[in-house]
Amino acid sequence: MKSRLISLGAGASLACAALFGCASAIAASSAPKGSEPAAAPATTIRAVLTSPPNVPPPTNRKTPAKVIVELEVVEKDMPISEGVSYTFWTFGGTVPGSFIRVRQGDTVEFHLKNHPGSKMPHNIDLHGVTGPGGGAASSFTAPGHESQFTFKALNEGIYVYHCATAPVGMHVANGMYGLILVEPPEGLPKVDHEYYVMQGDFYTSGKYREKGKQPFDMEKAIDERPTYVLFNGAEGALTGDRAITAKTGETVRLFVGNGGPNLVSSFHVIGAIFDKVRYEGGTSVQQNVQTTLIPAGGAVSVEFKARVPGSYVLVDHSIFRAFNKGAVAILKVEGAEDKSIYSGKEVDAVYLGDRSQPNLNAVAVATKNAAAGALTVQDQVKAGQELFAGTCSVCHQANGAGLPGVFPPLAKSDYLAKEPKRAIGVVMHGLTGKVTVNAVEYNSVMPPMNQLNDDAIANILTYVLNSWGNSGGRILTEDVKKVRATKPPVAAAGH
Amino acid sequence: MSLLRLARAVLACATALAACSPEPTPAPPATTTARYIDIPAGAITSALASDATPGPAAVAAFSLRETPVTQGEFARFVAAHPEWRRDRVPKVFASDGYLRSWPTPDRPAAGADERAPVTDVSWFAAQAFCESEGARLPSWLEWEYVAAADAKQRDARADPEWLARILGWYARPATEALPAVGGAANVYGVRDVHGVVWEWVDDFASLLVEGDSRTGDDPDKLKFCGAGAINLKGRENYAVLMRIALLSSLDAADGTGSLGFRCARSSQHQEQP
Repeated sequence: MKSRLISLGAGASLACAALFGCASAIAASSAPKGSEPAAAPATTIRAVLTSPPNVPPPTNRKTPAKVIVELEVVEKDMPISEGVSYTFWTFGGTVPGSFIRVRQGDTVEFHLKNHPGSKMPHNIDLHGVTGPGGGAASSFTAPGHESQFTFKALNEGIYVYHCATAPVGMHVANGMYGLILVEPPEGLPKVDHEYYVMQGDFYTSGKYREKGKQPFDMEKAIDERPTYVLFNGAEGALTGDRAITAKTGETVRLFVGNGGPNLVSSFHVIGAIFDKVRYEGGTSVQQNVQTTLIPAGGAVSVEFKARVPGSYVLVDHSIFRAFNKGAVAILKVEGAEDKSIYSGKEVDAVYLGDRSQPNLNAVAVATKNAAAGALTVQDQVKAGQELFAGTCSVCHQANGAGLPGVFPPLAKSDYLAKEPKRAIGVVMHGLTGKVTVNAVEYNSVMPPMNQLNDDAIANILTYVLNSWGNSGGRILTEDVKKVRATKPPVAAAGH
Repeated sequence: MSLLRLARAVLACATALAACSPEPTPAPPATTTARYIDIPAGAITSALASDATPGPAAVAAFSLRETPVTQGEFARFVAAHPEWRRDRVPKVFASDGYLRSWPTPDRPAAGADERAPVTDVSWFAAQAFCESEGARLPSWLEWEYVAAADAKQRDARADPEWLARILGWYARPATEALPAVGGAANVYGVRDVHGVVWEWVDDFASLLVEGDSRTGDDPDKLKFCGAGAINLKGRENYAVLMRIALLSSLDAADGTGSLGFRCARSSQHQEQP
């Protein structure tokens, strides 16, 4: 039937109308919808679908079966954040859509129903389907209609499904995605908890958390500038009372998908290490993983054992998405503490770095005395010593000896002695190029010390002039001010 | 999919030749009081590309119903043409959801707004209604031509506000009761083109968008009769694309809760092949 019609279609344009009389047209329209049923396996089972974060129970079947999946598309308003509503398009009334669980080798009879209250036509592309469009080519469904197609689950794995009706990106951005698990024939290793988490990016006209009803923003979606990045379709979908839970000593398996439409997820659980990751949902198992990449339109299953009680935060470790766009969920682990693994806080004491306040007392004293007009050389030397330690000693060394051939010495320096006030300009503007100090030539770069004020420069230089066998003397703040008022010399001229 | 599509396309083709109405409907006298607005001839760069006519497509002068057909108007039509009652119409011309919001086969719910647009009507029923007004359904091109306008200009499609109005409607679920017709008029004086209902067009069956819309430049061009020439252009014009996608998901006997129609008449001087 099909091939006959196609050949007719190929052979004719408008002529087709003439080829078909009334009778054949009616016959064609009343032909049963859908293709011929596949050879029916022994048992027929109606699939259990669950809403996130729940996962249907294992199939526990030793043989393949015919599995009937009935999934309904519903367009509905739901909160995307507190006080913010959004018109989601959903598979099964939730974002992500209902979780589907079948066994490798099953023949899946898929019914896609589009609720009469829908405005849009929809279809479904299941990444676990082998065939054109992953089912999309056979499931384009108008509001108030139902499509049916059948596929064999050839490959095991955890697969994303999504709507593929134009404009595809908009349908996906409105929440039309979910996961289908195709169990291996032997089933998955037993764990204590299985949960269903799916990341998605959302594009609203208003800003993040702007209240009221927020429409979809196509421009932001094309520019890949999401307003929200969320787990399970709403801020707070998996926090507080809705957090997922486990007890210490229990094993947890998360099926984590990424619906996109745009962003790739760097999925991480703060404070946990994934014992096993089936990355990208494939059969290779990666062990001891901190953060795993989930492509848009991809999924992983991660397993770990809950060992220490507390709240574990699921995030997209592209971390602004977590704390500024909503990509946060909580796994709450309850049970006895295990201090041998994690102690909790043992010490809470003050820590002071060597640049902290008490060490700069001399600077404060110098400042105070200068204000009172009673600044002595000794005040300047003491203040300069403290400032030198924080700024100059890194290169010129604490003993002023410098590093031979690299940083010139300040101790017993003939360069300094010859013209002490020249040093003001060196500190203020830096010094680049050749200089000869104590008969050794240096050719390097000293950056300008812009962070030092005039008092600091005066005190440091006074300290240097009165240390390490130098000639003594004093540089006053007024001296520094004069230099700052003049233009810096042309670099290295005269040296 | 191809089977269904073909059946639909063929059915539409056949009917377009007037080969099979449920029973011949004599064109009744134009007792209607519906206003038709004269639309001047012009051209439009359609969201649909046609191999046959590259560039802007010419639109001959025609007239278009000011508002979509209302529940009350359709109830009077059904009373005058009881073969279009949902309990009498052959399934091939109106599938199960036909006029589903009506509690009885002959009229809408007592408390419902008579002036709200009728929905859940098949293409065949819409066509029959228009014939009863001495009119027809507009072509896609005619509809698109009028829909490109806003209150001030004939082609407002580059205006973000024009787009925002359409998208705002898309974001409202179809579960809310529809408002009465008679919204703001566009530059021609036509009302409710956007923001109330989808609308049937005469040649919807040739709007053959792939069920899987991601085939890029590799559509199954030869799959459908008369469809080889048509493909989507201007994917950025997705607001219009979504309307085409909706129409292309339907068979001529189908309807949805947000799909209505209005009628058109060719201008007498302009009726050319």
